[in-house]
Amino acid sequence: MIARTLVVLAIGIGGWGLGAGELHAQVTTPPTLAPPPGLKMPAVQEARLPNGLRLVVVPMHEVPLVQVVLSVAGGGRDDGPLAGLATFTAGMLDKGAGSRDANTIAEDVAYLGATLFAGADWNGINIALRVPKRSMGPALDLMADVALRPAFSAAEVKRQRDLRLANLVQQRDNPGAVASLHYSALVFPKNHPYHQPLGGDSASTSPLDSATVRTFYQRSFRPDRATMVVTGDITLPEAREEIGRRFGSWPSGSVAPKGSSPAVQPSSRPTTIFLVDKPAAAQSVIRMGHRGALRSSPDYYALQVMNTLLGGSFSSRLNSNLRETKGYTYGARSSFDFQPLPGPFTALADVRTDVTDSSLVEFMKELRRIRDSAVDPVELERTKQYLALRVPGSFETTGQVAGQVGTLLTFGLPFTWFDDYVRRIMAVTAEEVRRVARQYVHPDSLTIVVVGDVQKIRPGIERLGFGPIEVRKP
Amino acid sequence: MMPFRVTLALSLWAVSLPAQSPAPIRVPYTIDTLPNGLTLIVHEDHSVPVVTAYTWFHVGSADEEPGRTGFAHLFEHLMFMGSQHAPYPQFDRLLEAAGASNNGSTSNDRTNYYEQGPVSALPLMLWLDADRMGWLLPTMDSAKVDLQRDVVKNERRQGVENRPYGLVEDILPGMLYPPGHPYSWTVIGSMKDLSAASLEDVKNFFRKYYAPNNAVIVVAGDVKAAEVKALVWKYFADIPRGPAISRPVVQPVMLARDTVHIAEDRVQVPRLHYSWHSPKLGTADDAALDLVAYILTGSRTSRLTRKLVYELQIATDADAFQASKRLASDFTVTATARPGHALPELQRVIDAELARLAEEGPTPRELDQAKNTTEAQFLSLLESTNRKANQMNSYYYQSGNPDGFQADLDRYRAVTADDIRRVVRSYLLAPKAVLSVVPLGKPELGVRGRVTP
Repeated sequence: MIARTLVVLAIGIGGWGLGAGELHAQVTTPPTLAPPPGLKMPAVQEARLPNGLRLVVVPMHEVPLVQVVLSVAGGGRDDGPLAGLATFTAGMLDKGAGSRDANTIAEDVAYLGATLFAGADWNGINIALRVPKRSMGPALDLMADVALRPAFSAAEVKRQRDLRLANLVQQRDNPGAVASLHYSALVFPKNHPYHQPLGGDSASTSPLDSATVRTFYQRSFRPDRATMVVTGDITLPEAREEIGRRFGSWPSGSVAPKGSSPAVQPSSRPTTIFLVDKPAAAQSVIRMGHRGALRSSPDYYALQVMNTLLGGSFSSRLNSNLRETKGYTYGARSSFDFQPLPGPFTALADVRTDVTDSSLVEFMKELRRIRDSAVDPVELERTKQYLALRVPGSFETTGQVAGQVGTLLTFGLPFTWFDDYVRRIMAVTAEEVRRVARQYVHPDSLTIVVVGDVQKIRPGIERLGFGPIEVRKP
Repeated sequence: MMPFRVTLALSLWAVSLPAQSPAPIRVPYTIDTLPNGLTLIVHEDHSVPVVTAYTWFHVGSADEEPGRTGFAHLFEHLMFMGSQHAPYPQFDRLLEAAGASNNGSTSNDRTNYYEQGPVSALPLMLWLDADRMGWLLPTMDSAKVDLQRDVVKNERRQGVENRPYGLVEDILPGMLYPPGHPYSWTVIGSMKDLSAASLEDVKNFFRKYYAPNNAVIVVAGDVKAAEVKALVWKYFADIPRGPAISRPVVQPVMLARDTVHIAEDRVQVPRLHYSWHSPKLGTADDAALDLVAYILTGSRTSRLTRKLVYELQIATDADAFQASKRLASDFTVTATARPGHALPELQRVIDAELARLAEEGPTPRELDQAKNTTEAQFLSLLESTNRKANQMNSYYYQSGNPDGFQADLDRYRAVTADDIRRVVRSYLLAPKAVLSVVPLGKPELGVRGRVTP
């Protein structure tokens, strides 16, 4: 249930009265709002097939659509020395499977009015099918082929490998992508899984072949490591029947899953600025931060409140300062990337070239202020309400619901987790916000990456004296 | 929901489907017009306790004065800078405290604003919208204009100057439309014109275009229509009607011959753009060209993608898009070469594929794929109150009927293989803008002018 707390705050500003000479009878104060609606969480139902496949169903009958997401644990964190192997393997699943070749799969998907997407993140490989109810049967046949009977033909592997190599060349032209690649490689040390790009690089892509991909697939794809989330116009018995018929014979397999890489401590260094040259750039792309936090941390709720206040909403301090007060950027924000291993805490903005140093000053000011001074109670209350009251809006579409349920499954959280979420958020105090800011935000050990016109921005950044400066090859 | 049985009998194909869904899409609504001309449309959807208030003002970049390109969008930013009874920064702060989010966007034809959140926040959403519709100017000043001018210039840098191939946005409209045509400049505008915008411009623009008689509010969500109507009367009824608005009038434009241009950018591989004039939003041929776009590049086995990316492997991507607009549309094909390949190679393939589609038309299977995918996109639209409300506003502006979903879907269903052949022949074999973006100092990778009469 949503907490029934005060919704419209008494915000201390003057001038609510009628202006002199006002002609029209505008209601001059904001309306008092009724209590927020209670959250009716969609009913989450569950079954397990005899082979260990976990099936989670959320019926939603408003629109005749069904969304089916198969997630197999592992993903990019199991890449090993071949960065991008998980995303590449995922991309190969629908390039020939069962009796269909690569083109037939794409044509059948289109004919069924479906979308089928296979990808990987740091937690697993995901195959997502979205289909009108009337085409669900044949679409599930196709999905089962893709998940259980991928061909990984040598010709298709070579074709997709060459395409990836060409795309990697193009990626270097995008300053945001370049900044993110450098940032991850610097925040996480060489033997940490998040050090390498999820999408691979040319050195790790060139050697990919059919055998490598097949081996990775066989190690990962087992029903006892998989969950199937089904949302939309379907019931649990129907889903069990339809999924069971197609995935029930998926053998548990004999190859032991490869152990996930051990957690290696992320790099910790005194604040250092890494510059990547992009001559004549109109903007500097800034990414800064360090190791973040674990999703399972008891500080999760306080971190959400702290980050939302710092850089997680339009009214947050970073955006108010760098965009709305200074006009340096189109938007500034921050985030904790929650992953099974702690992902990064990152603050970022794209700023005008001639205010790159001034922007770094403002970032630093905000990262220090959230640690050094108590948050304003009105600001705190607004932030908590924003997080708590927006929950119903995250359960509107079948895609959103599948995403929320998938996140709970990834982190081993109960389906009742949201029942308590609002209470936990509303319980966060100003002291806790400051405590987690001091514990998880470290202005003195930031990795700062700036992609921009080095010749123009370097002198100003040097004068700041924030730390050593290192120029990296693009 | 009607149950359907999927039959697999008697099909040449691996998968087949029963006949098209007979259940028509209906999105019920009420509609009212206040004495000051404000139109209110309410759609009740009680599935989740959320609401969206979506306002369209019928003004876009096409309405801008010469020397003030980008102004409609700059003005959109100023709508968030506070009004008399909700001074800056109360708009965002009050909404966030109520669990609501908001945004706005500007196109050639319209400017739209939404707030969405828990249904309890609706009175606040409407009150804030009324205050900025009725009482924006008392707190407007040059400092606000200067600040958002800086923000918008950064938005432009992020989307144009600092984005690979971003300069295309600046160049293509001018190649396609004659000077003075309302679509000959970009929505984001030029740096020079953004610099020139003044507080006086803001006041004039507001008085002319932001009056209730130029606005339509769609409220969609877990609400009762009568209650929404009472709130809207309470907050908006006293805002005075504005002057009647004259819309830009244009004559149909045709290119007499191909216009060819090569631009250099800090990129490693060249990209080719073809752009044609095409029929306006909502017409039968507009739908046919949407399907043509799908047949060319909608999936990885669509004609251009399959040829360029999959078979010949000379491109990394291909994209075709019918940009539907009120006065006239344009259709653009884009393809990026792989390292080591030049644009004339891509051009030959694209030309041949267009000629082949014009000659042979699509296969029945291809047309079905395009239509079935389109139909599924309509279903997705119905899942979100935000998307429904925006689409209802669009339909209302096009035809006066906010529940245009089924009619729109029928427009796509009615397209035949002959229509596809005909629209490719009429519109995509016609003279076009040909724009190559090449790496610095490598104009030889671009398409040289083979100028057609």
